[in-house]
Amino acid sequence: MIEVENVQKKFGLLEVLKGVSLTVEKGEVVSIIGGSGSGKSTLLMCINGLESIQGGRVLVDGIDVHAKDTNLNKLRQRIGIVFQQWNAFPHLTVLENTMLAPRKVLGKPKEEAKAVAIAQLEHVGLVDKLDVYPSKLSGGQQQRMAIARALAMSPKYMLFDEVTSALDPQLVSEVLDTMRLLADEGMTMICVTHEMGFARDVSDRVAFFHEGVVEEIGPPSQIFGKRSKSPETKKFLANVR
Amino acid sequence: MFNYTFHWRPAFQALPAMLEGALITIQIAVLSMLIGTVIAIALAVASGSQYRLARFGASVWVETARNTPALFQIYMAYFGLGSIGIFLDSYIALLAGITFNNAGYLAETFRGGLRAIPPIQTRAGRSLGLGAFSTFRLIVLPQLFRIVFYPMTNQIVWAILMTSLGVIVGLNIDLTGVTQELNVRTFRTFEYFAIAAVIYYLITKLVTGSARLAAWKLFKY
Ligand SMILES: Nc1ncnc2c1ncn2[C@@H]1O[C@H](COP(=O)(O)OP(=O)(O)OP(=O)(O)O)[C@@H](O)[C@H]1O
Ligand SMILES: [Mg+2]
Repeated sequence: MIEVENVQKKFGLLEVLKGVSLTVEKGEVVSIIGGSGSGKSTLLMCINGLESIQGGRVLVDGIDVHAKDTNLNKLRQRIGIVFQQWNAFPHLTVLENTMLAPRKVLGKPKEEAKAVAIAQLEHVGLVDKLDVYPSKLSGGQQQRMAIARALAMSPKYMLFDEVTSALDPQLVSEVLDTMRLLADEGMTMICVTHEMGFARDVSDRVAFFHEGVVEEIGPPSQIFGKRSKSPETKKFLANVR
Repeated sequence: MFNYTFHWRPAFQALPAMLEGALITIQIAVLSMLIGTVIAIALAVASGSQYRLARFGASVWVETARNTPALFQIYMAYFGLGSIGIFLDSYIALLAGITFNNAGYLAETFRGGLRAIPPIQTRAGRSLGLGAFSTFRLIVLPQLFRIVFYPMTNQIVWAILMTSLGVIVGLNIDLTGVTQELNVRTFRTFEYFAIAAVIYYLITKLVTGSARLAAWKLFKY
């Protein structure tokens, strides 16, 4: 379970998160939607401790992410994250990218790490690209590789930060399909996304971010339907459609 | 008027001695590059540090190395340190001077190179559970190395040519030093220095050529 409790985050004087609370249960898929600059990426960074926070707390399986004595390198093994772009390590082949963390973080022997990596690359449909460098992959393939790389650590949670936003339109669906597959398999996921169709179809709940707070959260039927109570949500959705 | 006659034979007889000198030249250049590179990485990291003192120290080093003559830097390593009681022999003084210079130039190159690597690369490494140092070593450094490879090749050529300044602090075992000794003994200035120039040329060509080959072997992506 991921519990975000009243988290505050400032960059200098800029208050990006102004008390965000959000709980994600095991097996749940939560999508985060909201305008540019509303703090969605920042929240994901705070969840895996890549960013510090100024107030509140984040618990992952009951472990306080920002407590001084938390071993973040260990905690991050449970949390996979895929970014919008620049995920792939360009100097490593697809297989090497995917094997790296099982080898260097988990200390698996080479053959075992390779087996794990190949299994995950198969999972995302890239098993024919093992020895290819990322520069030879399409944007969509790069994103799927990044997903496989994260999965090779057997994470309990997956965070996605607009993983299709930098892609050509015709490549979006292959990545979304991979995410759907994960959701169907029961992965606990937080997906920051601009793909409203995906948010509606795949999420158990959708959170609308506005000016550093969760303006509204609920099942897709509420957020996208007439039951939405927030005028801000309505305004945002009217603009993206 | 023109009464200098060329005598190549004695000059060519000195070739083995000069080639031995060339080995010392290469040795100093290589050592100064290896040590300079390690220091330059530290300086580049320090110049992006959150600590003011680290940034300040790095900038003093880089500014001095890049904006004063290499000759002065080698002088300082020999006579300057000597005047405060640290006596380096001429080999070490030359090595120290060139290393100081290399580190300064390379630090700037590395700093630019580090900026060319998207910060997300580091975040991606850390988010996989790699520590800060492992992330730097496994993800940032290999990419940096590729970006700075050609500027580094230029620097080693510079380092090779700079070793000739050792003669001003009394070094007599490198290529220029050996040549100069032969010169003062025989006054066949043109012959000896012409041969030395050809040897320098061949060394630098060899270095840039092997660097090309290495790059082709190394950088498959
Ligand atoms: N490292 C940083 N230093 C300073 N300000 C930052 C930093 N990272 C983000 N910000 C600022 O914080 C605010 C929120 O950024 P964030 O990236 O979380 O927004 P977002 O909701 O993900 O937006 P987008 O949809 O454009 O990705 C923005 O105003 C951004 O400029
Ligand atoms: Mg973002």
